[in-house]
Amino acid sequence: MSAVHDHDSHDEHHDDDHDGGGMHATFKGYMTGFVLSVILTAIPFWLVMGKVFEKPSTTIMVVLAFAAVQIVVHMIYFLHMDAKSEGGWNMLALVFTVVLVVITLAGSLWVMFHLTSNMMPGMSPQEMRVAP
Amino acid sequence: MSELTLKHPGAMGAENPPVSKDGSAGHFYMTREHHPENGTLLGFWLYLMSDCLVFAVLFACYGVLGRNYAAGPGGAELFELPLVALNTALLLISSITYGFAMLEMQKRRKGAVLMWLAITGVFGAGFLGVELYEFAHLIHEGAGPQRSAFLSSFFALVGTHGLHVTFGILWLITLMVQVSKHGLVAANRRRLMCLSMFWHFLDVVWIGVFTFVYLMGVL
Repeated sequence: MSAVHDHDSHDEHHDDDHDGGGMHATFKGYMTGFVLSVILTAIPFWLVMGKVFEKPSTTIMVVLAFAAVQIVVHMIYFLHMDAKSEGGWNMLALVFTVVLVVITLAGSLWVMFHLTSNMMPGMSPQEMRVAP
Repeated sequence: MSELTLKHPGAMGAENPPVSKDGSAGHFYMTREHHPENGTLLGFWLYLMSDCLVFAVLFACYGVLGRNYAAGPGGAELFELPLVALNTALLLISSITYGFAMLEMQKRRKGAVLMWLAITGVFGAGFLGVELYEFAHLIHEGAGPQRSAFLSSFFALVGTHGLHVTFGILWLITLMVQVSKHGLVAANRRRLMCLSMFWHFLDVVWIGVFTFVYLMGVL
């Protein structure tokens, strides 16, 4: 039974020693992330509220790019993500999730892009005849 | 003891008698399960990733239905960007104050941790308050979730995020009670780290919400 006891005390000791495991939070890191986030949030709001660009499509592209950069900033500075945390399993799970998210979003938008026009009555000659 | 140190005494003993003869031979095998450094944190990260998929589906739903106004009001008429900017600022500040709580936790300063957690909770509650005001305003204007497909998907997405923040605040209050009662013991530190990930994750989702729903909605 000494082995079991040893295991427990080992865990306790372990926990006390390596506080935070993969998280190496520093004041500098949090402040860097915060300042970058403020900038990356303020610019898209200014672009949209100030109507800086003529074409909305340009604004959409720029705003989406800022959002993508800000998500990466949050991941690195607030969630303390790097390739080594948890022996790489964090990153693996994240990559897998990103792939699923991209498939879900891009797939749904692509497949359903013509939803409205396809669902409208009278879209085809056959339906024109059948429709009341 | 023997069954802990030797996993297969029958199978391996016959071929390698010198190894299994004495108790110290255990080091030849895996005597303990090899735990990763922070199993809980990895598990919680996996939960967050599955939560991310929930939001991805809601985002996809909004992306498909977001322009189906059913002759009702659209995003350009309904959304008030100054209010959204205020909300974004509140959530971002609550993120950094939670970070300060984590830094104080590393220094084992219980009082400072509780103070920063309380400040985080106040900013989180402020975010919720503004969001509920916005929802009430929309419903009062007749732009409730039943008005159009656009509004249904809007309320589903933003409402789910708001619910997450609500439960985050409940969790925060629970942890404040735990920390004040039991101090910054190992279990409480682990819980605080999980909530830290949850809280920052909600901020990441909010980046998607204010960009995809509000900023692109008014264009």
